[in-house]
Amino acid sequence: MVGIAAWGAYVPRLRLSRKAAASANSWVAPNLMGKAKGERAMANWDEDALTMAVEAGRDALGPGDDRSHIDGLWFASTTAPFADRLNAGIVSAALTLDRRAAAADVTGSQRCGLTALAQALNAVKAGAAKTGLVVAGDHRRARAASPQELDNGDGAAAFVVSNDNPVAELLGHGVHTADFVDHFRGADADFDYQWEERWIRDEGIVKLVPLAVKDALTEAGVEAGAVTHFCFPSVFGGMATTLAKRLGIPAEAVRDNLAGVMGESGCAHGPVMLAHALEEAKAGDVILVAQFGQGAEAFVFKVTEAIADARPARGVSGSLADRKEETNYLKFLFFNDLVEWDRGMRAEKDNKTALTTLYRNEDQILGLVGGKCRETGVVQYPRTRISVSPNNPTVDTQDPYPFAERKASVLTYSADFLTYSMSPPNHYGTIVFEGGGRIFMDITDVEQGDVDTGLPVKMVFRLKEVDEKRGFRRYFWKAAPDRSAQSSTAAIAAE
Amino acid sequence: MASGIKDKVAILGMGCSKFGERWDAGPEDLMVEAYLEAMQDAGIEPTQLDAAWFSTHIDEVGVGKGGTPMSLALRLPNIAVTRVENFCAGGSEAFRGAVYAVASGAADIAIALGVEKLKDTGYGGLPTGQAGTLIPQTAPNGSAPGNFAQLASAYRAKHGVSKEDLKRAIAHVSVKSHANGAKNPKAHLQKAVTEEQVLNAPMIAEPLGLFDCCGVSDGAAAAIVTTPEIARAMGKKNLVTVKAMQLSVSNGWESQYNGWDGSYFHTARIAASKAYREAGIERPREQISMMEVHDCFSVTELVTMEDLHISAEGQGWKDVMNGFFDADGGIPCQIDGGLKCFGHPIGASGLRMLYEMYLQLQGRAGERQLANPVFGMTHNLGGSPSTNVCSVAIVGQEGA
Repeated sequence: MVGIAAWGAYVPRLRLSRKAAASANSWVAPNLMGKAKGERAMANWDEDALTMAVEAGRDALGPGDDRSHIDGLWFASTTAPFADRLNAGIVSAALTLDRRAAAADVTGSQRCGLTALAQALNAVKAGAAKTGLVVAGDHRRARAASPQELDNGDGAAAFVVSNDNPVAELLGHGVHTADFVDHFRGADADFDYQWEERWIRDEGIVKLVPLAVKDALTEAGVEAGAVTHFCFPSVFGGMATTLAKRLGIPAEAVRDNLAGVMGESGCAHGPVMLAHALEEAKAGDVILVAQFGQGAEAFVFKVTEAIADARPARGVSGSLADRKEETNYLKFLFFNDLVEWDRGMRAEKDNKTALTTLYRNEDQILGLVGGKCRETGVVQYPRTRISVSPNNPTVDTQDPYPFAERKASVLTYSADFLTYSMSPPNHYGTIVFEGGGRIFMDITDVEQGDVDTGLPVKMVFRLKEVDEKRGFRRYFWKAAPDRSAQSSTAAIAAE
Repeated sequence: MASGIKDKVAILGMGCSKFGERWDAGPEDLMVEAYLEAMQDAGIEPTQLDAAWFSTHIDEVGVGKGGTPMSLALRLPNIAVTRVENFCAGGSEAFRGAVYAVASGAADIAIALGVEKLKDTGYGGLPTGQAGTLIPQTAPNGSAPGNFAQLASAYRAKHGVSKEDLKRAIAHVSVKSHANGAKNPKAHLQKAVTEEQVLNAPMIAEPLGLFDCCGVSDGAAAAIVTTPEIARAMGKKNLVTVKAMQLSVSNGWESQYNGWDGSYFHTARIAASKAYREAGIERPREQISMMEVHDCFSVTELVTMEDLHISAEGQGWKDVMNGFFDADGGIPCQIDGGLKCFGHPIGASGLRMLYEMYLQLQGRAGERQLANPVFGMTHNLGGSPSTNVCSVAIVGQEGA
């Protein structure tokens, strides 16, 4: 039976203190002090909806997965970086998926994360795909001093969908489409335009969501009272509890919407809450997940025995545990391009990307794939026709060799205050990999004093540069401290 | 085995412009300044020049590409002008071209000239640029100090030197160069500094502070070379001849293989060994009289002392602290102030180093003059620690 075989999540490490943000704006918007509690997840300057989705996808697949079995990819976001360039294509290249796998962007509504999940489940159920991967991420910008700035949070979740031994079987699905415009963002607009909260709540959520939920429960043949986890994201206080009461769902099944610890991650938030429920579920549990957006979409899943050993390395729980409080509201404004700041002349450097070069080196750049010599076993990055091996520079002997999931450590580094950076000082250095190979690359998610030689690091997929002149974004991999590594494992292979 | 360059070529004349923030001069003016001094020193007419090698690095703020900028600025008599570019080691490359032309017999007299006009960017430090279309898509958005600062982290880790000890050692490198530069009227920076000033300067790229970085300067330098026979026929005495001229270039071993620890220059070790062999020098620490090394950053100079086989591995920082490279030490280094204080107009620096060695060997170094130098060595580096070109040249008294 079709269902979710694995899941993963990603919440950026930085958490903006709502008190810090609300206090900074209280002179102009004193009402915001009512929201000055908890924290919201805040993407680093080099993260966006797509990079977070890639990280969630990696978490769902796990480091040992060769990914060849994925034959369908759905990327859901309302803040995808490109309006006309397949964003899922970038995700696919970053995850080194088979090029024969279908790939689609799903967008246009806050419920599109669940829509993408529905499409994957339907494709697998229909036999059109064997194993589908759904990734959803959102990085929503809001005007300074708006309530959305405090309510939103950045994040992503991912699911592997399969008929093979799912951890959560699909029992039912319900959908209701209505052009109920609680908010919108025009194609050329930077920010959302919101309608009145009371109308959204009373005429929208309370009336429309139950329609989808009831259909899902009916298809599942499950009574509302049997639901053990009810996942419903909303920034309105007590909304899920209100719905549960109307639908007959037990009050104790209503799950924390994580507003206090990460905020609402847009179309990814239903998926994030579902992933979080899976992390705490046991076999036999019934999970109901729904999300509102021009109607609503709802699923009923039943957790299977396979849940026992299916937990991802990070998940939502791991993401929430790996946090760093940010009390500098100005940094949030800079990272979200909400202030015009003096970047200096060095920022004038033209970052035009040669698309020909990008495509020729797609797996090297987006997939972090190097080479391994089949004669000498020497591993190197990048892959080249003539091997770097000093004693045996063999020709045309290299097979593709992915680096992204390998353990690594810092060989050399510096914290550079001179070069232009969105988050100075810019850290970079030579990273050496267990099993061989090295890359001179940026180091991210660090502050001065965090880095030293021997520091264990992991690879993360990030924005490298933004070409504001042409609206292009360059992506590449960076090293970030592997805070889960117990000990310093210098990975300097012998010559 | 090649017979090498030793004593096949003599320096006929040299010139060097005043280095610094030359708001008054364009690159053509700088070229003319160095050229006229070199021509006067050589005592020749332009028509006697057979060929020219021209070094300049940054097109965007300099003179553009090709050999024409030099030919136009100096009104050369339609001779061959070859523009060379090899990062910051271009000056040595121009010299190598001219020397090889004379040694081959293709030219009787050849000129090498390097120039860089850096202070037309509008900001401090080196101009930023892109290296092709692939490298910018993966390489960090770094800077020269950030790239060279990598050495410090690796050197500390390898030799167990504390952050404080290394910071103090590299501070001494700069204090010494400032003391030397204060005696050089052509130097960009002519003020002595204290260790305390160096240690407390603003951080540029950890652990390099402002005084750990060389001057970003405008300037030009030139050398005119010929055979010793022609030089003697022209009445020249106390000839300074070329003893060795080596260049080693990275092939990815440091940056892509698994052997390099990041604390030294692989190429410098190779170029130095070859240069000593070519010059017939067996005990460099005793035989080399003086050096001009590529002290783009203080830490570069420190590790270079080991790469040139002057200091034992891991002991360079102690030699520095003990004053071995000071003006009154075992081997005076950067006696003209070095890149640090004379300045670093990229395409000219290799020739500027040779200019000081030439003046010293001829006894014309004024207040900086060392007693009886025999061999002078220059070390001119370009690129970054993991991917670079390294030139090592030795010049000396004819017959030494």
